[in-house]
Amino acid sequence: MATALLQQDDSLALALRLRRHVVRMCKLGGSSHVGSCLSIADIVAVLYGEVLRLDPLRPDWTARDRFILSKGHAGACIYAALAERGFFPVSELADHYRNGSKFSGHVSSKGVAGVEFSTGSLGHGLGVGAGMALQLRRLGGGQRTFVLMSDGECDEGSVWEAALFAAHRRLGRLCAIIDFNKLQSLAPVADTLALEPLGAKWRAFGWRVVRIDGHDHAALRSALATPSAADDRPLCVIADTVKGKGVSFMENQVLWHYRVPAGEEFAAAMRELGADA
Amino acid sequence: MRDAFVEALTELTAEDPSVVLVTGDLGFGVLTDYAARFPDNFVNAGVAEQNMTALACGMALEGARAYTYSIANFPTLRCLEQLRNDVCYHGATVTVVAVGGGFSYGQLGMSHFATEDLAIMRAIPGMTVVAPSDPWMAYELARQLYRTGGPAYVRLDKGKAGLPAGPVELGKVRTVREGEDGVIFATGGILAEALAAADLLADQGISVAVVDVHTLKPFDESGVRRAAKGRPIVVTLEEHNIAGGLGSAVAEALLEGGAAPRKFRRIGLADCFPEVVGDQDYLRKAHQLDRNAVVAAFREEFAFQ
Repeated sequence: MATALLQQDDSLALALRLRRHVVRMCKLGGSSHVGSCLSIADIVAVLYGEVLRLDPLRPDWTARDRFILSKGHAGACIYAALAERGFFPVSELADHYRNGSKFSGHVSSKGVAGVEFSTGSLGHGLGVGAGMALQLRRLGGGQRTFVLMSDGECDEGSVWEAALFAAHRRLGRLCAIIDFNKLQSLAPVADTLALEPLGAKWRAFGWRVVRIDGHDHAALRSALATPSAADDRPLCVIADTVKGKGVSFMENQVLWHYRVPAGEEFAAAMRELGADA
Repeated sequence: MRDAFVEALTELTAEDPSVVLVTGDLGFGVLTDYAARFPDNFVNAGVAEQNMTALACGMALEGARAYTYSIANFPTLRCLEQLRNDVCYHGATVTVVAVGGGFSYGQLGMSHFATEDLAIMRAIPGMTVVAPSDPWMAYELARQLYRTGGPAYVRLDKGKAGLPAGPVELGKVRTVREGEDGVIFATGGILAEALAAADLLADQGISVAVVDVHTLKPFDESGVRRAAKGRPIVVTLEEHNIAGGLGSAVAEALLEGGAAPRKFRRIGLADCFPEVVGDQDYLRKAHQLDRNAVVAAFREEFAFQ
């Protein structure tokens, strides 16, 4: 049942369900970005399954943690996580991309319970997240603010404006997560605008940096755990990931940034994810 | 005008601690007292307007009443997408304060001329757009915008009309001079030139009304139609490009309202970038946006009647 809470659930099982949802949603909607959704499925499963303080019955609960998907093109994965957490029925996910649907390809908060902020143009989320974190601190709350970004997104200058500010203001409750799958829209990151050494860049900007395997749930759990109050630097979690993770023929393929899973490819993908097409 | 707005903002912050001012590293001498008095409400985002706007949006979504502050095009065009996607789409209570409307910073060059701002801000859904004509009005509209909430853009001029304080209502045009032969609609400090033109025309036996359109959005269409009614010549005057600003808004209101005047003339910057500098008065004259241009327009149209 979709409304069941996940406290006792296994984040690995949740990640698998998210992968099935996003492949099905992309097939049904004829939509792209399936590779980007699969890339973040483990990060999102650990966040929504264990880390984020949320209440599906009270989406606007003041004490909730804030989560912004700044790489809005992977919105399908967030809709799936919210449905799994019981913010709305899983059956609604079939509306993704349909005429008249509120489930837009890039994540939108309009009419969708649980989505904190609408994005789609890259480089917007971290600045807004920094503003939220600053205001929440002014109000004396202990909420954390998480912003999940893509690697290609780090090409945007606005990301670095926000990075400077968050460190300068010691926004220790702000956490940026970078889905570092090394592939962007046209080509590998390294052949587009090289980001490495990425950790050193964030460290030089004044952030605490943790680099982990973004598909290792124990590592994610540990990296995303509540930071020590003594360290008031913002936290940057660089998650090394594989674009298309979980479906062998989509993994590490630029093609699957845009390709729609259909026909035999869809059936094969669902078989690999242990589900019926 | 700038000081009057900051005075209102200072009072509002004293009354309501949720008010925050986010500047893009501008306001030397202007915001100094504010920053000292309200250190918790003052945020300097640095020379980073995209982040200034995103921060203000994030703070507003968490309950702050946020103001961004910079000059000319920096708080609008530089961060246009943050205004559109972040502030306006989410209906965040962020008031964008731009110091230096039109040619206020006339000696600084085209980078510092705000001459497309009204059209572009007006085109974003949900954005209130205001250009006061006098300091007292900047103060009064600051307080009214605070009560209204939501996204807003305030264009503050160096020049001013010089009219005595009077009643003003956000979203309603204000007739500041009566006349029968025609009407001049003006927005911002350049209202002074419209009033001067009306004086010159009166000397020549032509009686024109002058209407202050301090709010470009929501646009007072019925007020504009009423002011134009029965007046054969309608002229608009703005320190702004001719495309999409006051003249366009007045034309839309009159034509769609079935109230097309016999003669209609827009006076604005002729879809160009000024390549010389000078003070505000000099640039108005140089680009035919001054009283003489208004008088000439009326005399030409009057001759054709």
